[in-house]
Amino acid sequence: MVGIVIVSHSRLAAEGIRELAAQMAGPELRLIACGGLEDGSIGTDAMRIRDAIISADSGDGVCAMVDLGSGIMSTETAMELLEFDEDYEGLRVQIADAPVLEGSVSAAVSASAGDSLEEVVAAAEEARGMCKLSQ
Amino acid sequence: MASKIYECISRIADIIIENKDFLTELDREIGDADHGINMARGYTEALGQLPQEETDIGAVLKKTGMVLLSKVGGASGPLYGTAYMKAAKAAAGKTTLTVQDGKEIFEAIIGGIKQRGKSERGEKTMLDAIIPAYEAFSAAAGEGKDLSGCLDAMCAAAAEGVEYTKTIRATKGRASYLGDRSIGHQDPGATSSLLTMEAIRDFLK
Repeated sequence: MVGIVIVSHSRLAAEGIRELAAQMAGPELRLIACGGLEDGSIGTDAMRIRDAIISADSGDGVCAMVDLGSGIMSTETAMELLEFDEDYEGLRVQIADAPVLEGSVSAAVSASAGDSLEEVVAAAEEARGMCKLSQ
Repeated sequence: MASKIYECISRIADIIIENKDFLTELDREIGDADHGINMARGYTEALGQLPQEETDIGAVLKKTGMVLLSKVGGASGPLYGTAYMKAAKAAAGKTTLTVQDGKEIFEAIIGGIKQRGKSERGEKTMLDAIIPAYEAFSAAAGEGKDLSGCLDAMCAAAAEGVEYTKTIRATKGRASYLGDRSIGHQDPGATSSLLTMEAIRDFLK
């Protein structure tokens, strides 16, 4: 099953989004919140994101949901660290270009249904065009 | 005894920590007012974690990069972290550096920052200090100047680069939300890059 990592500058935001997405997810889904720095302050930490990706992977890849600015850069850095690490050869990670909350909910549903990494990322990215008010 | 590369990184750390409020103030004008705080946090942690006696320049640079990736928190974390990691690769296994090594390290750093930030020169970022600094360093080396002359040329060009960032608008990072209102302010990242290069020059002189 594809795993999901939720990256935010804020620990509370990442955990809150995880809580919401988990409601829609099956019990097997590896859904990991990675927000803030180790000491709880605001920011993103490429090394913690790297560890979160490793924990989220069960062999089918990991979809990363990210918030703003350095959330993206730190996640890309984490991906590059893994790419050059022989211990994690073949670990696939993709960042979904999607709003982090809505995208995480869609990704959790898709991953729980057993979709492939590409399908989970596509499901998250569909959240970009979602209308909230009836037209 | 502490190795020379450890002492060099310590010097950079001291200068960045001393300038914490100045960098934060620059960032308050066009960003989110955390650049100095973030950089000081990263370098304070690096000072505590670096192996003092390690003489392999690549190993010390790599460790510095990993700490900055983890502890800085803002955009400068992955950018400076990547810069140090790329420099580490270029300096792997070396215990001394030639001017040629310096050029190669510069090239690796610029490539890493461009890739990580998806940015180019002229976007009001640290690249506006680092790229001219590299060009001046290379030109001085080409003219046969000694290390001290190359480092002076590097810092003079970096300082000009910081001045140049006052004249342009930001198109990357938080400052880009300000559009034309970012003009007139110097870029905090270019400024911390200048401080870093000045610390290296002063240490090596």
